[in-house]
Amino acid sequence: MSRTRTERLVNLVICLLSTRRFLTAAQIALTVPGYEHDPEDPRDHEAFQRKFERDKAELRELGVPLETGTASIFDQEPGYRIAPREYALPDILLEPDEAAAVGIAARLWQHAGLAAAASSGLAKLRAAGVEVDPQATLGVEPVVTVDPSFGPLTAAARQRRAVTFKYRVPEVDEPTTRRLEPWGVVCWRGRWYVVGHDKDRAATRCFRLSRIVGDVRATGQPDAFTPPGDTDLISHVAHLSGPVARTGRATVTVRPGRAAGLRRLAAESVATPDGDRLTILYGDAEWLASRIAGYGPDARAEGPPELRTAVIQHLKELVSRHEVTAVSR
Amino acid sequence: MTPQQRATTPRTSADRLGRLLNLVPYLLARPGILVSEAAADLGVTERQLREDLELLWVCGLPGYGPGDLIDMALDGDRVTISHDAGMDKPLRLNPDEALALIVALRMLAETPGIGTRDAIERALAKIESAAGDLATAPVAVRLPANQKKLAAVRAAVDSGNALRLTYYTAARDETSERVVDPMRMLMVGGFAYLEAWCRRAEGTRLFRIDRIDGFTELPEPSAPPVEAVPHDVTGGVFRPGPDLPLVTLRVGRGGRWITEYYPVEEVTRETGEWRVTMRVTDLGWAQRFLAGLGPDVTVLGPPELVERIRAQAATALDQYSAG
Repeated sequence: MSRTRTERLVNLVICLLSTRRFLTAAQIALTVPGYEHDPEDPRDHEAFQRKFERDKAELRELGVPLETGTASIFDQEPGYRIAPREYALPDILLEPDEAAAVGIAARLWQHAGLAAAASSGLAKLRAAGVEVDPQATLGVEPVVTVDPSFGPLTAAARQRRAVTFKYRVPEVDEPTTRRLEPWGVVCWRGRWYVVGHDKDRAATRCFRLSRIVGDVRATGQPDAFTPPGDTDLISHVAHLSGPVARTGRATVTVRPGRAAGLRRLAAESVATPDGDRLTILYGDAEWLASRIAGYGPDARAEGPPELRTAVIQHLKELVSRHEVTAVSR
Repeated sequence: MTPQQRATTPRTSADRLGRLLNLVPYLLARPGILVSEAAADLGVTERQLREDLELLWVCGLPGYGPGDLIDMALDGDRVTISHDAGMDKPLRLNPDEALALIVALRMLAETPGIGTRDAIERALAKIESAAGDLATAPVAVRLPANQKKLAAVRAAVDSGNALRLTYYTAARDETSERVVDPMRMLMVGGFAYLEAWCRRAEGTRLFRIDRIDGFTELPEPSAPPVEAVPHDVTGGVFRPGPDLPLVTLRVGRGGRWITEYYPVEEVTRETGEWRVTMRVTDLGWAQRFLAGLGPDVTVLGPPELVERIRAQAATALDQYSAG
C-alpha cells in the first residue's frame, strides 16, 4: 500500500468515527483527501468507486466495524459510519501480574498457527495502556503447536458452518471424505481434536487434527447448526482414554541390576536367591506381558497364570516371526 | 512484481494500517515516551516509527486545519500526543486475536505446576470480557495430570538450587543419579520436562518429569554454564538425525498406531501390511521396545537387531520350560 493510500485510509477511519450521520460515498469524496474526482466524468467516477470499494474491503479485513445505513428515509444512497463503541477495544485494566500472564500467553504460540494474531492482539492491549514485561516467565512454559487445520476448523466452529475434509486413519490407507458440523476444537494430552456432528454417520464424532489430509473447506451458510447446549467438548475426547483400573497383581522375577523399566512399575521388590521378586499391579495383562517379553531373559513372569501364559505366547511368536525373517534374508 | 512480492505486499501494508491505528492510543497512554523505547516495544525500527509519526501528522478530522489534525510534540527523542482527533482507543480484537490470546491463556491456566494460576484466570476473565462475543472461543484445553510431582519439581527449581536427580533413562533402561543445574520447565506434546545442564553429561538435557523417580535440593545454587543453550522444541522433543541406526519393520493393522506416536522415516504399503522405517537412538532400546509391541510388529533389519530379538526371546522361553 502506498503512503497516499495509507494516509487516505487513516483519514477515512477518523472521518467515519467522528460522524454520527451516515455519510454517502459522494459526501466522503468531498471530505476525505485522496478521493477528489469529477463525478460528471464517468471514467473518473468509476475509478473513484473502485477505489472506495477497495478501501472499504481493506478496513473490513482489518476488523473495522463499518456500518451501512441511510441518514434519512428520503436518501437513496447508502451511507457509512463507524460507531466508536463498536470500534474501540473496551477499557481493560490489567494488574501487573495479569499483564505478565497475557504477555507470556502471547509468546506461547512462538512460530505456530496464531503467532501473528497473538502479537497483533498484544499490540492492541499495549495501545490500550497495558504494560507488558517481555521478560516475565511463569516457571513452566507450555510449548504450543497446532496442526494447519486448526485455523479453518475454529473459524468454522465459530461461524457454525459445516466443513468437509479428507481424513486418514492409520489402519486404512486411503483417506475418506468426511462432512462435519464442528462444535469446537479440543487439546487433550498434547493432541488436537475436533468434535462435532458427523453428517454421514449422523452421530457425534471426534477427529484428530493430525490425521486430516489437505485443506478443510467450509461449506454452506453460517449459523447452519446449533451445538448442543452445555457441551463439554473435553468429555467427548476424554472418554476415549479413561484411567485403567489396576486390579491384577503380577509377580515377576528380574535379574539383579536389570530391567529398570519394570522395577519402576513395581509396588514392591524383594531380593531372593533367584533375583528380585517384583509385585506389579496391572490392568491389562496383554500390555504387561508384552513389556515383560521385551525384557527377554532379564525378566520372568511367575504369575498369575493368565500373565505367564501370555508372556510365553508372546515369546514364542517373537522367536518364530524373527526366525522366518532371518532365514529369508 | 514477482508473484512472491505480490503475495506479501498486501499483508505488510495491512500491518502498517493496523499499526498506525494503534499508534495514537499507544502514545496517548505514554506521554513523553522515548521514540526508541516505543519502537522497540512495537517491534519496528526507530526510522519506521518516525515515518509513521510523519504520516499521522497530516491526518485528522475533516476540515484538516491546525485544530483538526493529529498533533504531537516531538521533543528531540521524546514524543507526546497533544491532539488525538478521536483516535483515543485501539481497534477491538479481531476473532483470530481473541482466539490466540484466550486459547493461550486457557493453556497456561491448565498447565500444572504454574504458581500464578490466579493471575492467569483473572487475566483470562478480563480478556474474555474485552473480546465480547468473540470470547466464546470454540476451543477447550486439558493437559495431562500428575500435577503433584510437577509441582514438587517446580518448587525445587524455584528454589534456585542445583538438584540431584534419580532419573530413568528409557534408551538405556537404567535408573541413575546425576546432578543438574535447572534452566526451565516445559510442556511439550502432553509431557512435562525439566530442561537442565547435566553435570555428568556436560550438556543441556531434557528430563521428562514422569521419569524423575526422586530428587533432592543441593545446598548450592543452580549455575548452568554459558554454553548451556535451551533446545528448540517447536518441532518436537525427539528429532532423530540421519546418523542414528535405521530400523525396518513390518507392521500389521494392530501396530499401525506406532507411526503416529513415534517419528518414522517412511511408511509403505505391502499387501495388507506396512513397511516402516524409523531411526532409533539405541538398539538395546529398540529391542525392548519393538519386542514389547506384540504380534503385529516384526523387525526386518538391521540383521543384528533381528537376531538379538530372536535369541533373547528364545533364551527367555527356556526359563519357562525349565521351570
